Amino acid sequence: MTDSYDGPILEIESLSISFFTRLRDIPAVMDFSVKVMPGEAVGLVGESGCGKSTVALGVMRDLGKNGHIVGGSIKFKGQDLGAMSQDQLRSIRGSEIAMIYQEPMASLNPAMKVGKQLMEVPMIHRGSSEKEAHARALQVVKDVKLPDPKRILDAYPHQLSGGQQQRIVIAMALMAEPSLLILDEPTTALDVTVEASVVDLVKELGKKYGTSMLFISHNLGLVLETCDRICVMYSGEAVERGSITDVFDEMKHPYTQALFRSIPLPGADKNARPLRAIPGNFPLPHERPPGCNFGPRCDYFEAGRCDATEIPMTDVPGQDRHATRCLRFQEIDWHAPLGTDVQTTRSEPGDVVLKMDNLKKYYEVAANALFGKRGDTKVVKANETLSFEARESETLAIVGESGCGKSTFAKVLMGLETATDGQILLDNRNIESTSIQDRATQTIADVQMVFQNPFDTLNPSMGVGRQIIRALEVFGIGNSEGERRQRMLELLDLVKLPREFAERMPRQLSGGQKQRVGIARAFAGNARIVVADEPVSALDVSVQAAVTDLLMEIQREQKTTLLFISHDLSIVRYLSDRVLVMYLGHVVELGTTEQVFAPPYHPYTEALLSAVPIADTRVQKRHIVLEGDIPSAMDPPSGCPFQTRCRWKSRVPGHLCEQEVPPMRQMENGHQIKCHLSDRELAEMEPVIQIAAE
Amino acid sequence: MGLFILRRAGVMLITALCLTFIVFFLANLYPNLEKLAKTQGNFRMSEEEVATWLGNRGYTQPLFVKYGEWLGVVPGAVIEGTDGQIRGRCIRDGMTPQEAPDYCGILQGDWGTSTVFQDNVGGIISTRLGLTGKLMFWVMVLMVPSALLLGVLAGMREGSRTDRTLSTVAITTTATPEYVSGVILIAVFASSAVGLKWFKGTATSAMENATFENFFLPVLTISLYGMGYIARMTRASMAEVMTAQYIRTARLKGVSFPNIVVKHALRNALIAPFTVIMLQFPWLLNGVVIVETLFNYKGFGWTLVAAASNNDIELLLGVSVVSVFVVLVTQLISDIGYVYLNPRISVS
Amino acid sequence: MEPLSWFEIITRVLWQFIPVWIALIAVFVVSIRYKRRLGLYGKLFDSTIGMIGFALVMFWVFTGIFGAMDLIVTHDALSQVSGMKNEPPGTPLMRAEDGQYPYYLFGGDNLARDVFSRMIKGAWVVVQIAPLATIFAFMVGITLGLPAGFYGGRLDTFLSFLANLILAFPVILLFYLLVTPEIVATGIPNYMAVVLFIFPIVFIAVLLNSRYRTQPRIRTPLLIGVLGILGWLYLSLISESGSKVSVIPDFLDLFNVPGGILVVFVSVVFVNSPTVFRIVRGLALDIKTRDYVAAAQTRGEGAWYIMLWEILPNARGPLIVDLCLRIGYTTILLGTLGFFGLGLPPESPDWGTTINDGRRLLQIYLHPALVPALSLLSMVLGLNLLADGLREETLRD
Ligand SMILES: Nc1ncnc2c1ncn2[C@@H]1O[C@H](COP(=O)(O)OP(=O)(O)OP(=O)(O)O)[C@@H](O)[C@H]1O
Ligand code: SF4
Ligand code: SF4
Ligand SMILES: [Mg+2]
Repeated sequence: MTDSYDGPILEIESLSISFFTRLRDIPAVMDFSVKVMPGEAVGLVGESGCGKSTVALGVMRDLGKNGHIVGGSIKFKGQDLGAMSQDQLRSIRGSEIAMIYQEPMASLNPAMKVGKQLMEVPMIHRGSSEKEAHARALQVVKDVKLPDPKRILDAYPHQLSGGQQQRIVIAMALMAEPSLLILDEPTTALDVTVEASVVDLVKELGKKYGTSMLFISHNLGLVLETCDRICVMYSGEAVERGSITDVFDEMKHPYTQALFRSIPLPGADKNARPLRAIPGNFPLPHERPPGCNFGPRCDYFEAGRCDATEIPMTDVPGQDRHATRCLRFQEIDWHAPLGTDVQTTRSEPGDVVLKMDNLKKYYEVAANALFGKRGDTKVVKANETLSFEARESETLAIVGESGCGKSTFAKVLMGLETATDGQILLDNRNIESTSIQDRATQTIADVQMVFQNPFDTLNPSMGVGRQIIRALEVFGIGNSEGERRQRMLELLDLVKLPREFAERMPRQLSGGQKQRVGIARAFAGNARIVVADEPVSALDVSVQAAVTDLLMEIQREQKTTLLFISHDLSIVRYLSDRVLVMYLGHVVELGTTEQVFAPPYHPYTEALLSAVPIADTRVQKRHIVLEGDIPSAMDPPSGCPFQTRCRWKSRVPGHLCEQEVPPMRQMENGHQIKCHLSDRELAEMEPVIQIAAE
Repeated sequence: MGLFILRRAGVMLITALCLTFIVFFLANLYPNLEKLAKTQGNFRMSEEEVATWLGNRGYTQPLFVKYGEWLGVVPGAVIEGTDGQIRGRCIRDGMTPQEAPDYCGILQGDWGTSTVFQDNVGGIISTRLGLTGKLMFWVMVLMVPSALLLGVLAGMREGSRTDRTLSTVAITTTATPEYVSGVILIAVFASSAVGLKWFKGTATSAMENATFENFFLPVLTISLYGMGYIARMTRASMAEVMTAQYIRTARLKGVSFPNIVVKHALRNALIAPFTVIMLQFPWLLNGVVIVETLFNYKGFGWTLVAAASNNDIELLLGVSVVSVFVVLVTQLISDIGYVYLNPRISVS
Repeated sequence: MEPLSWFEIITRVLWQFIPVWIALIAVFVVSIRYKRRLGLYGKLFDSTIGMIGFALVMFWVFTGIFGAMDLIVTHDALSQVSGMKNEPPGTPLMRAEDGQYPYYLFGGDNLARDVFSRMIKGAWVVVQIAPLATIFAFMVGITLGLPAGFYGGRLDTFLSFLANLILAFPVILLFYLLVTPEIVATGIPNYMAVVLFIFPIVFIAVLLNSRYRTQPRIRTPLLIGVLGILGWLYLSLISESGSKVSVIPDFLDLFNVPGGILVVFVSVVFVNSPTVFRIVRGLALDIKTRDYVAAAQTRGEGAWYIMLWEILPNARGPLIVDLCLRIGYTTILLGTLGFFGLGLPPESPDWGTTINDGRRLLQIYLHPALVPALSLLSMVLGLNLLADGLREETLRD
C-alpha cells in the first residue's frame, strides 16, 4: 500500500448485498454509493434494519455464510476489496481498516487479558516483538485516557466498566494506526455522559492520527457532532448524501425531512409543536414497494410517477456533492410550514394524587455471591430520601443514568418491593409497606406501568387480545367474556391499533406496535398513575414520536398522572411539566421543566444537558465533559454523591463536598437543588444550550 | 477459597450421610433380611428360624442403632444368642468377646465383613477399586481427548460437511448404550460367527495382565457412550463461541483462522464441557457396572452387582459410600475448575 | 424347505411391515402438506435431520401399536417351537402347521422363540412405558422446579439439595435397591407411586385454578369435574388389591398395573425428575427476569399464574427438546433394567431382557442379541435426531 495515495480512502460504488436464507433472498443493501476522503468523517444514519451494519460488514468482507455482495464494488485506497484473497484481506483487517462495535463487553474476549488482546494487533501486522507490542499498547491506552494503564493491561475485560471497555475497543482499533475506522453505533450501549466523553475521544484521536471514519448511528445529533458529511439510508438505499450543513439545513429528501420532524428539538413543546411521526411502517427488505421505497409513507407521493421506475440518485445543483434519491425534490416547497397540526391546549394539573415523603430503599446484598460468608453483607442505598408530589394529569419526568435508582423507585411504587423508610401516599393512603399481594384490586389497577423493552413486555406465547383480556379479568372489569372482549377492542382503538391485531401473536408485531399493546394493557383498568420506564428509548425515532404522542393524548383524555422515566433530556424537555433529576439514588434537582433547563443548574444537570446530542445546526452548546464513570451504588463516594466527577467542587470551600451530603436547597418557586454551592455561584451559571438567532 | 471448600465438604458429608442412611434403610427392610438369612443359613428355614437367626446376629435391633453401630458412634452390640453362642458386631473370628473393641464402625476404619465373600469389606473394595481405576484411566485417556477433538473440529465451522459427519457420529454413539455397543463390538470383533476374532470377548485375564487384546473392547465400549455426549457438548459450546462478537473482533483484527480457534475460542469453549466431563463420572459408573458384567471383569461395578443381588449389606454400604464420594468429589473438582477456567468468577 | 436367502428375508420383513409403511407415508404426506399451519411440529419438516429422526421414532411407535394388535408379528412371542433353538435367520419351521408362518425370519433364540416377533412385541413395551414415565418425570420436575427457580431462597436450597442427593446416587445401585421382588413386597414402590403420581394432579389443579381464579363461576365446577376424574384415575393407578396400598374397592378400580411394571415405572420417574427439576429451575431463573413477568406482577397476578402461564409456555422450546432426549434416555434405562434382569418378568420380550438373554451365547449365536440391540439403537438414535432437529428449528427465528 503506497502511502502517497491521495484519492478517496474508501469508495463504494453501487454496492448491493443480499442474504440468502432458506425462505427467500433478502436484498439488504441496494445500489449504495459513498465516498470517504482522507481525514474525513462520514456519518451513516437510518432506522434499525435499513442496512447500515450490513454496509460496514460488507466493507470488512465479513458477511457470514449466507451474505454475498451481488453487485457494485468497494475500493479501499483504489484497490478493489472484492477481488482480494483471504490472505490479503487479513493483512488489511486490523491494520488498515479497523472496526468498533456497539457492545463493548461482547467484543472483548472474556478469557484473555486486555493487554494481550491489544498486543496481538502489532504482533500480527508488524511482526513486533512482545516488548514493542507492550510498549505500544501502554501508549495507546494512555491515548484513550484510561487511568492506570499498567493495571488495565493486566485486567480481564469483565473487571472494567462499560465506558472503560469501549475505550479499550477503541484503543484496539487504533493500535495499528489504520487509515479507516468504521464505528457501528459505538456508544449506544453507554450512558449519555459516558457517551459524550467517548465521542469526544473519538473525534480527538481521529484528528490526531488523521484517520478517516465511517460513523454509523441512528442518532442524528451524534452525527452532527462528529461528522463532516452524512449519508441517510432508508430500506437498503442511500436516499440523501451531502455535507452536514447541506443535509441538516437544506434537506432535499422527504424522508430526511420527516426524520427531523419526528425528533424533539429544543424550543419544541408538546403543545406548541407536536412531533410528527412518519405514518406507516418501515418495509421489510422483501416487501419493498415498486419505484420509490419511501413512496407509501411519503407526503409528496405522486402516483404513476413515484411508483413507476427505480429512482436514481440525482445531484442537487449548486451544492457540493449533495445528492438525493427523490424525483420531485425540485418541485417540493421545502420551507412550507407544518400546517395541518392542531395545537392542543395545556391541561392544568389537578389535585395531588401521589406523594413521596423521604422514601428510602436499601438493599442488603451478599458482598461476594459465590465465596462470601453468611452475614457478610453490604447495604446498597438504591433510593435516598426521595420526596416529591405528583398531580392529576401532570407529567413528571424522572431523569438519570443507569444505576441511579429509577427502576427501584418504580418497583417500590408498584409494590414489588417495600420501602425501607419514608412514606408513599396514594390519595392520602399509605401504601409504602403494602406489597402488591396485599393491595386492593382498585389500587393495583390505579397504578400501572409501561416497560422499556418492547420485545420483552409481551408474553411471546399468548395472543395480543388474550393478554389484554387477562388484565381486564384481573382488574375485575366486565361481567362476561363478551363484555371484556368488547372493552379489549376499544382499548386497541385507544392505542390506534387495528382490531385484527387481537388475534395476532406478539412476534408478528413491530416494536412500536408491541409498545402500544403494552400501553393498552396498562390502561386496561383505567389507570390513574402510569409509570413509563423509558417507554420509547428502544424504538426507532420515527416510531418514538408516534408512541410519545399516543401517551400524551391518552393522558389528556384520561387525566392520567404520568411518571416518565428517561435518560433522554430532549424528549423530557418536550413532554414533561416537571422534572426530577436523580444521581446515585439521590434526587439532585427538582423543578418545573423551565426551571431545570435554565440556570441555575445542579452541576450534574448541567453536564447532562451538555452531553445530549442535538440534531440542530443552530444550537450552540457549552462543552462539558465529565471525567470517569458513574460510581457503583455498592460503594458510593462519601459526601456529595456527585463529587467524584463534579467540576464545580473546587468552588466549595473546605472540602465540604467530600465530607457532607449537601442539603436540599429551596430556590425560588419550589425549584430545589441538592448542592453546597453558594447562591452567588449558582446565579453565575450560564445556560448550556443557546439557539443562535436566525 | 478455603471457606468455600469447607462449606462444600460439609454439604458433601451431609449428602453422604443421607444417602448411606437410605441404602441402609432399604437394605435392612425385613424381606431383604429374610433373603439374607435364607442365603446365608439355609433355604428351608421357617419364619421363626429366620427371626432367631437374624436376632442372634443383631439384625433385629432398631434401625438407628444399627446405623450408629455401622458408623461407629454406637458401641457394637454383643448378643448372647438363643443357641448360647455370644456373637457381636465387633467380635471377629478367633476373638473372644473381651478382646473385641467397643466400637467398630467406619469411623474406626472398620468397614465390616462381606457376607458373600466372607472377607473384610475395606479390603475387597480397595482391590476392586484398583481394578476399576485401571479401566477408568484408560477410558479417560481414550475418551476425553477424542471427544474434545471431535467437538472442536465439528463446532469450529458449524454446518459444514465435517460438522455434519462428526455430529452424526457423536449422536450415534450417544444413542448406543454400553450394553448395545458392547454386544455389537463383541459380535463383530470377538465372536466366532463373524470370525474376525481381533479381540477377546472377556476381560477376566485383564485383571492381572491387561493387554491391548483383552482390554481394548471394554475400554472402547465405555468410552464410546460418554464420548458422543462430551463431543456434542463441546460442539455446541464451540459453535456458540464461534458466533460471539469477540471472535468477529479477532477476525477483523486480522487473526488467522487457526489462531482464532486456538487462542480465542478454545478456552471459552471448554468451560461448559469441563463441567460436563466431571459430571460424567457418575455416569461412567453406570457404564462400568454394565461393562464389567458384560466382559466379566471383576472390578468395582461387578462387586456392586454381586453385593446388591445378594443383599450383602455391609459390602453394599461400602460400595455406596465410595460411589457417593466419587460423585461428590468430582462435583467439587468441577466447581473449582470452572472458577479457574472462567475468569469472570473471581476468587477473593 | 430351504432356508431363506438374505434377500428373501429382507423382502419378507419389509412385507410384514406393510401397515407401518402405510401409516408412515400417511403421516408424512399430511404433515408436509400442512406444515406451515402446524407450528413447531410443522417446522420439523424443514429439517432433514428432524425428519429422519421423526421417521425412525414413528416407525417404532407404529410397529409397537400394530404389533400390539398382532398385525406384524409372525409368531407368538412366548411360544416355543421345537427344533428352532438358536437357528439362524430365515430358517423354515420343521413342521409348520396350517396358518402358521413357515419361517423364523430373524431366527430363533435359545428357548426356540421367534426373534422377529419378540422384537416387535418388545417395541410395544418401550413405546408404552418410556414416554409415559418421562412425562410423569416432567410433571414432577416442573411442579417443583418452577417454584424453586421463581422464589429462590430457602425453598430453592432445600429442593436443590434433594435433587442433588438423588443425582449423587448411582442409578444402578438405586435400581438394585428399589427394583427387587423383596422391595416390591414391602410396598415401598406403591408408597412412592402415591407420592409421585400426585404431582400431575397438583399440576393440573394449580394450572386451572390460577387461570380461572378471577372467574369463580367457571373455576369451581371445572375444578371439581377435572379433579374428580383425575382423582379416580389416580386412585385406580395406585390402588391394587392385595398390595399394601389398597384404598378403593375392586369394582371402582379401573385398571391394575402389575407390581413389576409399577416399580419400574416409579423408579424411572424417580431418577429422571431431578434432572428435569434442574433444567426447569434454570429456565425459570432466566425467564423470571423478563419484563412480561414484571408486568404480570404489577397486575397483581398470583405466583402460580406467573409460573404456569407466563414462564412455563416460554420455556417450552428447550423442554420439548429435552423431552425427546429423555425419552431416549428412559428407553436406555429400561434396557439397563432388563439387562440386569430387574423388574420386568424374565420371559418379557422387551429389548433389554432379550439382549441379556442373548449375550450369554454371543460368541456363537449373534442374532438373538443383535436384533434387539439394533432396534434399541435405532429408536434412541431417532429420538436424538428428532431432538436435534427440534432444537435447530426452535433456535431459528
Ligand atoms: N445474516 C443475515 N441473514 C439474513 N438477513 C440479514 C442478516 N443480517 C442482516 N439481515 C437483514 O438485512 C437488513 C439490514 O440489516 P442491518 O443489520 O444492516 O441493519 P442496521 O441498519 O444495521 O440496523 P440496526 O440499527 O438495528 O443495527 C435487515 O432486514 C436484516 O434483517
Ligand atoms: S420519489 Fe416521490 S415518493 Fe419518493 S421521496 Fe420523492 S416524492 Fe416521495
Ligand atoms: S455539592 Fe459539591 S460536589 Fe456536589 S454537586 Fe455541589 S459542588 Fe459538586
Ligand atoms: Mg446495526
